[in-house]
Amino acid sequence: MTVAMHYPHEAEVIERCQESPTIFSLVLRLMDPMVASEYRFTPGQFNMLYLFGVGEIPISIVSDPARPGELIHTIRDVGRVSHGFSQLGVGDRIGLRGPYGRGWPLEQMEGRDVMIVTGGLGCAPVVSVINYILQRRERYGRLVILQGVKHSSDLIWRERYAEWERQNNTQVLLAADVGGEPWPGVIGPITMLFEYARFNPQATVTMMCGPERMIHAAADVLIERGSRSEDIWISMERNMQCAVGQCGHCQFGASFVCRNGPVYRYPDASELLAKRGF
Amino acid sequence: MPDDVTSGFLPGQDFAQLLAALTGQGYRCVGPTVRDGALVYDTLQGVRDLPAGVHIQQSPGSYRVEFSQGKRLFGWANGPQALKPLLFAPREVLWQAQRTAGGELHFSQEIPEPLPTAVIGVRACDLAALELQDRHFLETDVPDAGYGARRRQLFLVAVNCTRPAETCFCASTGDGPAVSRGYDLVLDELDEGFIIRSGSTSGDGILDLLTLQPVSPQQLGAATDATVRAAAMQGRQLPGRNLRDLLFGNLDHPHWEVVAARCLSCGNCTSVCPTCFCYRELDQPALGGESSRHYREWDSCFTQGHSYIHGFTVRPDTRLRYRQWLTHKLGGWHDQYGRSGCVGCGRCIAWCPVGIDITEEVGAIAASPA
Repeated sequence: MTVAMHYPHEAEVIERCQESPTIFSLVLRLMDPMVASEYRFTPGQFNMLYLFGVGEIPISIVSDPARPGELIHTIRDVGRVSHGFSQLGVGDRIGLRGPYGRGWPLEQMEGRDVMIVTGGLGCAPVVSVINYILQRRERYGRLVILQGVKHSSDLIWRERYAEWERQNNTQVLLAADVGGEPWPGVIGPITMLFEYARFNPQATVTMMCGPERMIHAAADVLIERGSRSEDIWISMERNMQCAVGQCGHCQFGASFVCRNGPVYRYPDASELLAKRGF
Repeated sequence: MPDDVTSGFLPGQDFAQLLAALTGQGYRCVGPTVRDGALVYDTLQGVRDLPAGVHIQQSPGSYRVEFSQGKRLFGWANGPQALKPLLFAPREVLWQAQRTAGGELHFSQEIPEPLPTAVIGVRACDLAALELQDRHFLETDVPDAGYGARRRQLFLVAVNCTRPAETCFCASTGDGPAVSRGYDLVLDELDEGFIIRSGSTSGDGILDLLTLQPVSPQQLGAATDATVRAAAMQGRQLPGRNLRDLLFGNLDHPHWEVVAARCLSCGNCTSVCPTCFCYRELDQPALGGESSRHYREWDSCFTQGHSYIHGFTVRPDTRLRYRQWLTHKLGGWHDQYGRSGCVGCGRCIAWCPVGIDITEEVGAIAASPA
């Protein structure tokens, strides 16, 4: 538990970056030196960000845990609060409380091959993992990144994918359900990419986020190819308001996603995953 | 009488002594009183506020207060409220934000400072529910400040039930009608007065202030008989104490559709349920724009907004919401809190505007499982 769990603390926007027409990143700094000095997080955890007079939303932290003084949050402008955040500029103040939930078990994964499977627009919870591993490349084995999008024009951070692909012992594969302009990946569902991925299923730990049906389908393929289901980890999303397992909105079967997740070992979530209504 | 008295008989005409002792020790006395056609918990000015001779007829979708010439104060099963609103406030400020002219933000947490409160007439089902809410709000690494502040100031005077409603089924959940733990004082109401026993050191302190008579074996026997009879009077029951596997094994059972066809998704059941804990958070900025209060208020898994997430609703229809409520209450709770979330109080049956009966709905699934 950190000092910033019970109510928000003031944070300043120190940088703002427009990633796509609807996606932007805010780099935040906690203003209270004591709060800032005690603040620690792991990739996969999230903060509750508060817009004055409007409300709070849960946003995962994409920056490196070694630099807790610059907390990067990538946000899509889809609702009342996120739209308000999209209007902010450098120097504006917001509230921040966190970090909450269980992150990725990255230390346990050291020495192993890692596969990232993600669907949708620039899936923030795993971008933090990719950045984390690339900053500590020698501690991990092979890195394979599979990214699926609906339409090829949905992919943000194209130059980052290109850069990741140039890294040693790293493979990046892209899939789009619908193709458009010159597209460096395949046209079809993300599960097609397993045909092209060069990896040893028994030696690889997989981290996934995105639509639950995609996660379900991808996990089926991985297990069929010989991955152990305990080596598959997923990050989930639900309505979250309190972030401490009390308000009940993120209830998922017998767990609270904000507290027992958002990162789950696949077998702990698979029973109800993609089951309509849970 | 010996000095270390932990029980005694309080004649009916002396009941005011108990209220006086509690008031004298600094407690605000809260108890059942009839208002707007129902029994509600409110501050008591005296014994006259208690519902002497009141009986309540409850059945699916119906709750009727009846007045008799009887003198008993606790001859009824329960009102809609339970202890929940006294601890988990229906609406309260969690924290507030101040904004300076320069745009700086300052946050402060609002922790209530409640008065010591003694609740008179608490039932076994409601004590069981309190234990569960304590587990949810307090037995965690981030305990709830407001709930905790009010909980620490609470003194509980329980009553063993002698007259269950038609909707009660606490005997089948194992939570009543007799109180077994979690009280400061417990009463058995007989025609001529009360057997009063202490269950805590604060209870001992109050008991010491009362002029009590010894309890006769006949009185003890009558009290035991009354609760045994109250259990036997209950016609409803759940088909088991742990229904997790039954419900999660029947997620596609056709009966969910049958309930959904009647359910209005109004959320009455979750409001009156003594264990339901969902709340939403919302901001209320001051008109001047310089401050904003961050509230929480009770929410219900039956609302459209409860499962909303950026443009998508996890449970868009009533079938999925009723199934969520029941699979959580009777299933998921076992893993999260070590037991079922239902204490058999029957409130959701009486206060459902269309009379949906949880015991019947679960019974229908249990009768023809997949």
